[in-house]
Amino acid sequence: MSTSTDGTRHLLGVGDLDEKDVERILDTARALARSLDRDVKKLPTLRGRLVLNLFYESSTRTLSSFELAAKRLSADTMTLRASGSSVDKGESLRDTALTLAEYEPDVIVVRHPHIGAPQIVARTTRAHVVNAGDGKHQHPTQALLDLFTIQEALGRLEGVSVAIVGDVLHSRVARSLVEALLLVGADPILVAPPTLLPRGIEELGCRVGHRIEEIADVDVVYALRMQSERMEAGAAFVPSLREYTALYGITPGRVRPGQLVMHPGPMNRGVEIDPRVADSGASLVTTQVRSGLVVRMAILYDLLTSPAARAVPLALEVA
Amino acid sequence: MILASRNGRLDTLTIRARVIDPTEGLDAPASVKVEDGIVTAIEPAAGAPAGLVLAPAFVDPHVHLRTPGREDEETIVSGTEAAAAGGYCAIVAMPNTDPVVDTASVLRALVEQALEEAVVPTGFTAAISKGQRGEELTEMAELAAAGAVAFTDDGRPVASAGLMRRALAYSAVADRPLALHCEEPTLSRDGQMHEGAVSAELGLAGWPSVAESLMVERDLALAAYEQRPIHLQHLSARASVDAVRRARAEGLRVSAEATPHHLCATDELVRTLDPNAKMNPPLGSEDDRLALVEGILDGTIDCIATDHAPHARHEKDVPFEQAPFGVTGLETAFGALHTFLVRERQVPLPTVLERLSAGPARALGLPVPRIAVGAPANLVLLDLEAEWTVREDAFRSRSANSWLLGQILVGAVVRTIAAGKVVFST
Repeated sequence: MSTSTDGTRHLLGVGDLDEKDVERILDTARALARSLDRDVKKLPTLRGRLVLNLFYESSTRTLSSFELAAKRLSADTMTLRASGSSVDKGESLRDTALTLAEYEPDVIVVRHPHIGAPQIVARTTRAHVVNAGDGKHQHPTQALLDLFTIQEALGRLEGVSVAIVGDVLHSRVARSLVEALLLVGADPILVAPPTLLPRGIEELGCRVGHRIEEIADVDVVYALRMQSERMEAGAAFVPSLREYTALYGITPGRVRPGQLVMHPGPMNRGVEIDPRVADSGASLVTTQVRSGLVVRMAILYDLLTSPAARAVPLALEVA
Repeated sequence: MILASRNGRLDTLTIRARVIDPTEGLDAPASVKVEDGIVTAIEPAAGAPAGLVLAPAFVDPHVHLRTPGREDEETIVSGTEAAAAGGYCAIVAMPNTDPVVDTASVLRALVEQALEEAVVPTGFTAAISKGQRGEELTEMAELAAAGAVAFTDDGRPVASAGLMRRALAYSAVADRPLALHCEEPTLSRDGQMHEGAVSAELGLAGWPSVAESLMVERDLALAAYEQRPIHLQHLSARASVDAVRRARAEGLRVSAEATPHHLCATDELVRTLDPNAKMNPPLGSEDDRLALVEGILDGTIDCIATDHAPHARHEKDVPFEQAPFGVTGLETAFGALHTFLVRERQVPLPTVLERLSAGPARALGLPVPRIAVGAPANLVLLDLEAEWTVREDAFRSRSANSWLLGQILVGAVVRTIAAGKVVFST
């Protein structure tokens, strides 16, 4: 967790986390997952707290996940979207943050099309800020929910090999996940055509490959969304989606028995992932959604509870 | 008239310091006497105050004065006061204003305004193409007659090789150099920072260094073909420096700039996500930076130019990708160069002083500031031991978008004498 000069803790990127933070958050998530098995799923933990979702980009799963996570912990929630607000009238991010700060939110969850926006909100307000995706930069809660999903499925993280396949260039998910996997001792490899790999990405310490055969020996195949909405006309990152699918699509023939398949959603079925794979027993796609809920609950809990309570997440179970 | 400034009383004073003038081969403790704005005596003087250096005042070939059009960001008064505080006795303003300086009437109005307001002598450039649109040439001969120092579409490249060739050929009629912003736009595209490991990690669109060096190669080839001199602005990449070195060895008349920020900083600075680390061309890799330093040392790069680019605070106080390119530099140039290059023993002080003064003056055909008996006094007094913190509220410039905010620099300008007048004194 990164900390402002006034002591406020934030989750702005995976770089804010150390191994202990990750372990603690995943442990808390595990305890919270058990609480969701009860008939009454609401916990009183964050009663009276305000969690504000500030979303400058469209989102279904991340926004609904944060909203439900806050509600399950009894926090008040409020959601502001870029359209239909003062943002439409040209208000700057800083002014919007200053305005919202007057409501004294405990947490502001920010999604923004530009890198560094959560940092601006963190500097401008006294709230804990959680980055829910900034440009092509970071999406740390996605990385944590992916770690949780892998750990639950395989019982470990260390040494797990994960092939991240597809449009790495435009993907904040890939950047965050590579960093997170390296942090916990897993072994990420990026597989993509050279035009969709940012030059110099291997300096993060991950392996890089250009051929789909590279996925044959990994434990987890992680397909990235082909971000066609980010591909301006004429940019020509790949000649066609058809050729991309032929070369890099995750098809039944390319997935070996025992391999697990993940995708951050929303999926382009038939482009980066074959529907038969997406709906197969190897697919963890829906599990990821459930992980997202408990991991985001864990993050809100971690940010808003005292260090002592944070260290004993199991206390939640007797609550 | 090429340089314009307001009238004022010529000063008389005597300065005792270590006197360094690389052009005159001078580096010794001396007492320099100025009478009515002219250097009248230079006498050896033992025991000059420690740390004080007197040098020819600086010449900046690349300044954005934002006038006309964005006087909220800089005016001729504030920009030339900033130049005076930075040790400059002459600056050259870029034409990418609103309106663009592409007609003699706009240029004449600026020269007249400078005659009323400019604290240090100021020259103006005019655009190569009308509206800097890269389509039709400006009326270069008339603009030269109206006072244009050089022609440039700075801020954007002349994308068409065909138009560039015509501009080079026709510049012979105007008898002025072309100053070129080298950027192949189909490569730089929406690039936000230098393409490399840092951009890969941050997820910011990369601006590949080949976008600059390819255009440098093109323009050197065209200049060689047309046998015309060119001046290359704000080089940032190793391959560009190599290309200039080769072209000069082949006899081409080419001069080149590097900025203090490209000489002192790298793309690592962008990790802060501070929009004041965003400039065009972007800060390069450490290897690029070292190539620029080598270029300064061997003279391949003969000019240090600030590319002083003021921006309104509210326009920089936004997420990195939404911020405009550019940083201010007039008031921090010497402090930064002395702190990061001279004190770190990367470049000797006399070399820095030469590239800040005689180098750019020669490149743009301006009078070379000299410390010589009979020469007009264009002098800067420097305190090499003065420590100061770069503070937002201390700039003379109307803008404070410096990449150095909050940093402690060692080495400060104490006094500036431009065209015989004391224009700055602490």
